Amino acid sequence: MKALIAAALVLLAAAPPFMSDWLVFLLSISIAKGMVVLGVTMLLRGGLISFGHALYYAAGAYVVGFAGNRFGIGDAAITLPLAALGCALLGAAVGLLLMRFRGIYFAMLSLAFSMILYTVLLKFYNFSGGTDGIGVRYFSVFGLRPPQESLRLAQYYLTLALGFGMLYTGTRFFASPLGALMQAVRYNEIRVEYLGASVSRAILASYVLSATVSGVGGALAAYLVGHVSPQLAYWTSSGDFVFVAVLGGTGSVFAPFAGSVAFEFIKNYAVKLSPETWQLTLGVVLLLIIFFLPQGLWSLAARLRERHE
Amino acid sequence: MNTLAIVLIDGIGFASWLFLVSAGITFIFGVLRILNVAHGAVYSIGAYLGATFVLKLLPAAAPGWLAFPALFAAALVVGATLGPVIERLFLRRIYGEEEVIGLLTTFALFLVLEDLMKLIWGIQPYIVDKPFRLLGKIDIAGIAFAGYPILLTGVAVLSGIALWVVMHRTRFGRDVTCVICEREMAHALGINVPRIDMLAFSLGSFFAALGGAFTAPMTSVEPGAGIEVIVLAFAVVGIGGLGSIGGAALGCIIVGIARAAAVHLFPEIELFIVYALMVGVLLWRPQGLFGAIELRRI
Repeated sequence: MKALIAAALVLLAAAPPFMSDWLVFLLSISIAKGMVVLGVTMLLRGGLISFGHALYYAAGAYVVGFAGNRFGIGDAAITLPLAALGCALLGAAVGLLLMRFRGIYFAMLSLAFSMILYTVLLKFYNFSGGTDGIGVRYFSVFGLRPPQESLRLAQYYLTLALGFGMLYTGTRFFASPLGALMQAVRYNEIRVEYLGASVSRAILASYVLSATVSGVGGALAAYLVGHVSPQLAYWTSSGDFVFVAVLGGTGSVFAPFAGSVAFEFIKNYAVKLSPETWQLTLGVVLLLIIFFLPQGLWSLAARLRERHE
Repeated sequence: MNTLAIVLIDGIGFASWLFLVSAGITFIFGVLRILNVAHGAVYSIGAYLGATFVLKLLPAAAPGWLAFPALFAAALVVGATLGPVIERLFLRRIYGEEEVIGLLTTFALFLVLEDLMKLIWGIQPYIVDKPFRLLGKIDIAGIAFAGYPILLTGVAVLSGIALWVVMHRTRFGRDVTCVICEREMAHALGINVPRIDMLAFSLGSFFAALGGAFTAPMTSVEPGAGIEVIVLAFAVVGIGGLGSIGGAALGCIIVGIARAAAVHLFPEIELFIVYALMVGVLLWRPQGLFGAIELRRI
């Protein structure tokens, strides 16, 4: 199993120069969105379902949009930390309000917060450009601007490097006392409190981390797509992130990224094969996963390993 | 004065529309403990089938008022066919699972139904404005209002009353209440709980389809209509408290009037106000206005 993962990672690092541009783009956007899915998964560990993580995806993306459009700052070395910081602060503010809620109300309230951002971006035209959104034209890292023909590749490697960073962050989180506490919260939070740990503090800390990770994913997506629009914050976009989290499974830190790559490829080919019915294909896949593979695609890998040993 | 009258009447029209959609969601949640995302798709199917009934089934020479029973019949058909199918085939498998599973299953069904609609009815918009024109304009306090939204208010009020009568004055209603309060005990007392589940889901779906069918004459029926409906309805049932029909009614009036006021006074915050209200209410009362407080399990 470990060898398989290592091989996949090496392949991800070495293969792209020989792939077509759109394939590189597809991989890049999968990894960027995988970060948001990782954020969703962190909360799912605690039994919290965030039906509003598009909030941080869009917020991170708009930080890049505003920085480039209003302040002429297009350098990822400045905008990405800015997006992370912005989403951490936003996550802290929203998390303080959300940490009292559980179950379906947590889902609905996080949905409401993302819809608030959506309506603000949509209606305040002078400030956000309304439905037109904002173009992201300039891209550089530490002042280095890749030539046009290798732009996709440069962006890919930046995304991949940050993706590795997020994998590391996620691994550390799941192995940390905080991550263990979240799992305990899922099973029985009253016992956690009797043991002397603060449930709301654990939820808040995880939420802020989750928001930060997701914000970076959004900022990268803004560069990759070259455009940001209010649609990023819409509830269907949040639904997709939860969808992918379940598709991949919550068992491993690799699962969100594997799920995200699988999702983007299924979606892309479904759109290509039958543009009228790609949602149908996605819906059927999701139903099959829920009913027959409730631990997600990643559990297939785990099963394989068990048979191997 | 004039603005106030306009806001109130517009707000009530909007609230009636919202009630038809949210009553079903909150009712289904009350019985099955599933927040049904597919409700938006059922709403759209109601609108499409209503449009089809009026445009295709009614002869061109038929008197105009026949459109109204046709719309109602469409909603009945949707509730009686789609409701049992969805409940029996899909929802039955996930009762008692975590809430996220219910949310995801119905989200998947939503995606499937959205595309099935495109396959059946295509992507061209349908226009059924005949019933709308039939009712013409009505003069209230010197301002001309379209008559149709007032009919919609009537439909919503009648639905609310019908639901109340069913829940409080019939055997079925008593059984449903019993299942809501204590599922296992209901089983033990000989209530056919799976049948109640199916009927409750179908009844909820019927209300969604009714909302869709009677909205069809006010707008053009086209793909994606259910997507916006569902989040608005979530806001309403969140404000009112999940599972409470009275709460949904109050939530609709609050949201309807607030939105109408925003449209006339500050158009930019038209949608913003809905979600801001939801956040405000939930922060003040975490279970919504009329929601039941859940006991924490040890």
